[in-house]
Amino acid sequence: MGIDRRKFLKAVAAAGGAGLVGKSKLARGVEHFTGYPDRLGVLTDLTRCVGCRTCEAACNEVNKLPPPKIPFDDQSVFEKTRRTSERAYTVVNRYPNPKPGGPPIYVKHQCRHCDEPACASACLVAAFTKTPEGAVSYNEGVCVGCRYCMTACPFYVPAYEYNDPFSPEIKKCTMCYDTRISKGGIPACVEACPMEAMTFGKRSDLIRVARKRILEHPDKYTDHIYGENEVGGTSWLYISGVPFEKLGFATDLGTKPYPELTRGFLSMVPGVLVIWPALLGGFYMFTQHRELMDEEEEEIIEEKEN
Amino acid sequence: MAEYAERRPAIQSWVRERIFLGLSIKEYLRGLIKPFNIVAAIIILIGLPFVVMRFTQGLGAVTHASQDQPWGLFLGWGLFTGVPLAATGYIMASAVYLFGLKDYHSLVRPAVLTGFIGYLFAVIFLLFDLGRPWRLPYPMTVSFGTTSVLFLVGWHVALYLSTQFVEFCPAVFEWIGSDRFRRWALGVTIGATIFGVILSTLHQSALGALFLLAPGKLHPLWYSEYIPVFFFISSIFAGLSMAIAESTVSRRALRGRTDRMDPVRAANFDRLTIGLGRAAALVLLTYFCLKWVGVAHGNHWDLLNTSWGHWFLAEVFGFVLAPCFLFAYGVRNRSARLIRFTAFFTILGVAVNRLTVSMIALNWKLPHREFFHFRELILVITIITVEILVYRWIVNRLPVHREHPDYGGAH
Ligand code: SF4
Ligand code: SF4
Repeated sequence: MGIDRRKFLKAVAAAGGAGLVGKSKLARGVEHFTGYPDRLGVLTDLTRCVGCRTCEAACNEVNKLPPPKIPFDDQSVFEKTRRTSERAYTVVNRYPNPKPGGPPIYVKHQCRHCDEPACASACLVAAFTKTPEGAVSYNEGVCVGCRYCMTACPFYVPAYEYNDPFSPEIKKCTMCYDTRISKGGIPACVEACPMEAMTFGKRSDLIRVARKRILEHPDKYTDHIYGENEVGGTSWLYISGVPFEKLGFATDLGTKPYPELTRGFLSMVPGVLVIWPALLGGFYMFTQHRELMDEEEEEIIEEKEN
Repeated sequence: MAEYAERRPAIQSWVRERIFLGLSIKEYLRGLIKPFNIVAAIIILIGLPFVVMRFTQGLGAVTHASQDQPWGLFLGWGLFTGVPLAATGYIMASAVYLFGLKDYHSLVRPAVLTGFIGYLFAVIFLLFDLGRPWRLPYPMTVSFGTTSVLFLVGWHVALYLSTQFVEFCPAVFEWIGSDRFRRWALGVTIGATIFGVILSTLHQSALGALFLLAPGKLHPLWYSEYIPVFFFISSIFAGLSMAIAESTVSRRALRGRTDRMDPVRAANFDRLTIGLGRAAALVLLTYFCLKWVGVAHGNHWDLLNTSWGHWFLAEVFGFVLAPCFLFAYGVRNRSARLIRFTAFFTILGVAVNRLTVSMIALNWKLPHREFFHFRELILVITIITVEILVYRWIVNRLPVHREHPDYGGAH
């Protein structure tokens, strides 16, 4: 792995003060970034999902994950709310329908492939990249295993291989970037779903599709596309028949992209680097001078006494 | 060869004087059999298998780190608590060199050493905690995550570790007996001190800024836009308290060893302790007020009457306001003893705060989190033991609590 000099200098400057760096056009979020125009995404329609877990099985297969503790056709798995882990990049959870007598609602959960990912802005070795295709991909070749990305992700997605001593990795949904999308395919879960609960396509088109469905069936959907604006927008979108806060979705995340949360702090750094030395140096001079004056005074007093 | 043979006795006596405290190896080894060393040896023997386990079976074997709790004691204690405690180096150095409080001169070297060892062991804790510790230099050499606050922290800890080493160099060269290098090292002290203060203000607050990325995941009573300021201000009283604690412990450990601790200095500690206590009381009061500004800013008054709120109140009143009063009371009554006690108490309070932020109140919405594994605790105790041994080894040899006889009063 070669280190090119320009990149290194840039990093040195950034270590001193991130704000000194030339504006990066990367989606890692130095600049406000309106997003790659043709980025892809997935729209999940929760009114269609029946909780069959075919998507989980497909994901397990394409990513060569270990067999699940509870088989994919076993409904007892819904007794607990699950989270993604290093063994399951996607999980389907069941929630009771708040409408009396309504069927339970199933929610598929996985990485949202944020437009301005918190994980990417957190990573100290830039292991995450928002690809122009929309997937947020992870490079295990540089990851040091600090797990700050896990702390940062607002959706509690990245998982770590704690039991691997020699090559532990962060594990999360890849949107099948390497395995399928880059070869022109579509994500395995989307393809596998028998209910067509998920639609894969250009994010801008998906938002149009979602809007249309909500508009045509106002009785069936709540008027909210989850992920359109949350944390600055995500590639994975949801529409639902019941309010999202009833389905374990965080509705207090705001629309501010996460990288902005630390931008203020990082941009203060160069200021400190400039002001502090002057200020502290000034103090030092002042102190020195005061001592000098004290000495002189003492001398004068001594002389007088003599 | 002949030349070497001639020099051999000289080298031997050098080693004997400087490493073995002027004893023969046999005498030295016999002298090691003391209760303190035996306890330390037992702790290390218990810890060693777990060290092996950590590096052969992974983090999962020794910690309760999980998908719900990414950070455990290695970071919660080693980094998030260790670094503010090590702030003592920059606090004392800037007090004396920049603000001209020459009275405290005798505390600078111990403080710089405490700071240096503190950072060194923060890095060692990091090596235990990182999934791939051998990639520690990656953020400086291979791949640069310039948008990351942690990237800033990484660089700064590395730079500051080197800076503190430079600040401590005069003592090292006095010990080695190299006049030329010592003068050179003294010459750069002011520069290093200023550089160190800059780095410290930045990364002490950056440790807090790490959590800016976790709104909604860190409990709102602790999450605040001001968290970098909280971390910075608390590093000041943490550093002041550590200076008191260090002089207390060293004075006790070196009692009667006038060759290792200057008795004039030791006698002066009480006076300095009171001065440090006064400063700590003031900073604690500022911090106490700021914490409420944080609550008011987020308008989280309603959360105070929840179990999280009670913990918050316990922390803010029990570990901030109480020590503040104790310090003030001790200053008023000129009771160095009370101030010494309060210093240890404050250190505990800083640990409580950092563990709360990095472990307890983080991911507070997730149910069923395990705090830490007993093996993790044993490892932490083992590493702290080694840390103390290293510190003691140095204090027993280098001119830390005394002037070097050849350079008395020179700096
Ligand atoms: S959901 Fe989490 S892991 Fe996925 S891109 Fe967003 S921040 Fe990263
Ligand atoms: S664990 Fe790896 S991917 Fe996550 S922030 Fe740390 S270095 Fe980056």
